[in-house]
Amino acid sequence: MDMKVETPVGERIKIAARDLNFYYGSFHALKHVNLDIPDRKVTAFIGPSGCGKSTLLRVFNRMYELYPEQRAEGRLTLDGNDILDRKLDVTLVRAKIGMVFQKPTPFPMSIYDNIAFGVRLFETLPRVEMDERVEWALKKAALWTEVKDKLGQSGASLSGGQQQRLCIARGIAIKPEVLLLDEPCSALDPISTGKIEELIHELKTDYTVVIVTHNMQQAARVSDYTAYMYLGDLIEFGPTSELFMKPKKKDTEDYITGRFG
Amino acid sequence: MSTLTQLDAARMRKHVGRKRVNAIALTLSLGAMAFGLFWLAWILFETVRLGLGGMALSVFTQSTPPPQELTGGLANAIVGSGIMVALATAIGTPVGVMAGVYLAEYGQKTWLGRITQFINDILLSAPSIVIGLFVYAVIVARFKSFSGWAGVFALSLIVIPVVIRTTENMLVLIPNSLREAAYALGTPKWKVIWSVTLKAARAGVVTGVLLALARIAGETAPLLFTALSNQFFSADLGEPMASLPVTIFKFAMSPYENWRQLAWTGVFIITLAVLALNILARVLFRNKH
Repeated sequence: MDMKVETPVGERIKIAARDLNFYYGSFHALKHVNLDIPDRKVTAFIGPSGCGKSTLLRVFNRMYELYPEQRAEGRLTLDGNDILDRKLDVTLVRAKIGMVFQKPTPFPMSIYDNIAFGVRLFETLPRVEMDERVEWALKKAALWTEVKDKLGQSGASLSGGQQQRLCIARGIAIKPEVLLLDEPCSALDPISTGKIEELIHELKTDYTVVIVTHNMQQAARVSDYTAYMYLGDLIEFGPTSELFMKPKKKDTEDYITGRFG
Repeated sequence: MSTLTQLDAARMRKHVGRKRVNAIALTLSLGAMAFGLFWLAWILFETVRLGLGGMALSVFTQSTPPPQELTGGLANAIVGSGIMVALATAIGTPVGVMAGVYLAEYGQKTWLGRITQFINDILLSAPSIVIGLFVYAVIVARFKSFSGWAGVFALSLIVIPVVIRTTENMLVLIPNSLREAAYALGTPKWKVIWSVTLKAARAGVVTGVLLALARIAGETAPLLFTALSNQFFSADLGEPMASLPVTIFKFAMSPYENWRQLAWTGVFIITLAVLALNILARVLFRNKH
């Protein structure tokens, strides 16, 4: 266990984890993770199945709290403020840290209401402003032109790729600061994947994006920083180009060259 | 080469065997379906054949007649059944849905949840005559009077476990990913349940309420000891109240021709009403999203 943190040089730090441990019951899933996520950059988590990359992402918005047998220890800060603090209302944390999941999860309501749902939780907007917000979010998620004439239709009536962009729009609409993407393209075809990757590129001008991916090419394409994890340990973290071109650790090199994993 | 032909032959044998099993299973399930449909169709046919003839305006405007009189209808029984079934559903639905929400969203893996589930299962399978006798003992015997309220209470005791069970089952079927997606936006738990999970399970919950409603519309035993019956028209829940099932029970067993005809008419009306409610509710609560 080394407490050494490889802080990205010259970046503002958005999320910082210090000696973060995570347990599923008695299973130790994250081991002493120290990590700094830079502001308004895309950070990718890669590693073989079961390495803890999704788990780490789910600690960031305290999603694990839904399950009583799961618990996190250590320190996790957003802009320097501890967010694992039980006294801090979790809904406020989640309003700042949005999440998009592996499978599209449209709510059982219209496309419009899917976007407006989250906005209504924290803001009371007049109809006109709400319309603008919905349009803005759908445009940001590159979905507006495809759905602008059928906002009243069910979210479930869209294709898989459109549903996933709807979920991204829903996440953006509440104007979070961080967007967590948990393998957002794993259920999508290459064209939809391409659209979402483009979207991730644009999102980082306004948001800090953290993406978990099984696809190393995707990590290389979309991210500025990459973390390689294995069996609950953070093995290596650094600028994506460096990690892929000249990894410091042999484990990382073996994984990214396909000799393992 | 010989191994390849052997493999082919083995595949063929398995293939033929599977096709045979498939044909047998398909025949059996079609047979079972035909068996069920046959009786159902017969019941509906007899209901229509014997009940339709008695349909007249007087059935809805006049109360149950004395034996061997040519006039008379079922107005008191129809209104009594309507009031008691509606009130029992109105009481039982919110209680059942809320208890089902507790079991599916809060009580999973807790001792209280498990005990509630266990007791609810017992209540679900309790014979309705037991519920009738229970309400007789705690309400009718105490207040020394049969009443519409006692009937409503007995019927809601039948509605509640059915609605609890279907609500819980439907909510458990909603994938956790949908809940997580709602929580990820910072939604408080009550709002996740109300706006997302219950809404996604809406069609199933409505089906549960309809099942319960259809069941109590035809229940006789719990009303025999509670609402009893009333020969005259009464909308006062403090008084004994007529109902279709009890009237049918009384009239169908009687030797009087006019009563027996009214019994069949009553059966026809119950069947039609339950069918109409089913269609109406399905249209109203159709999953638009």
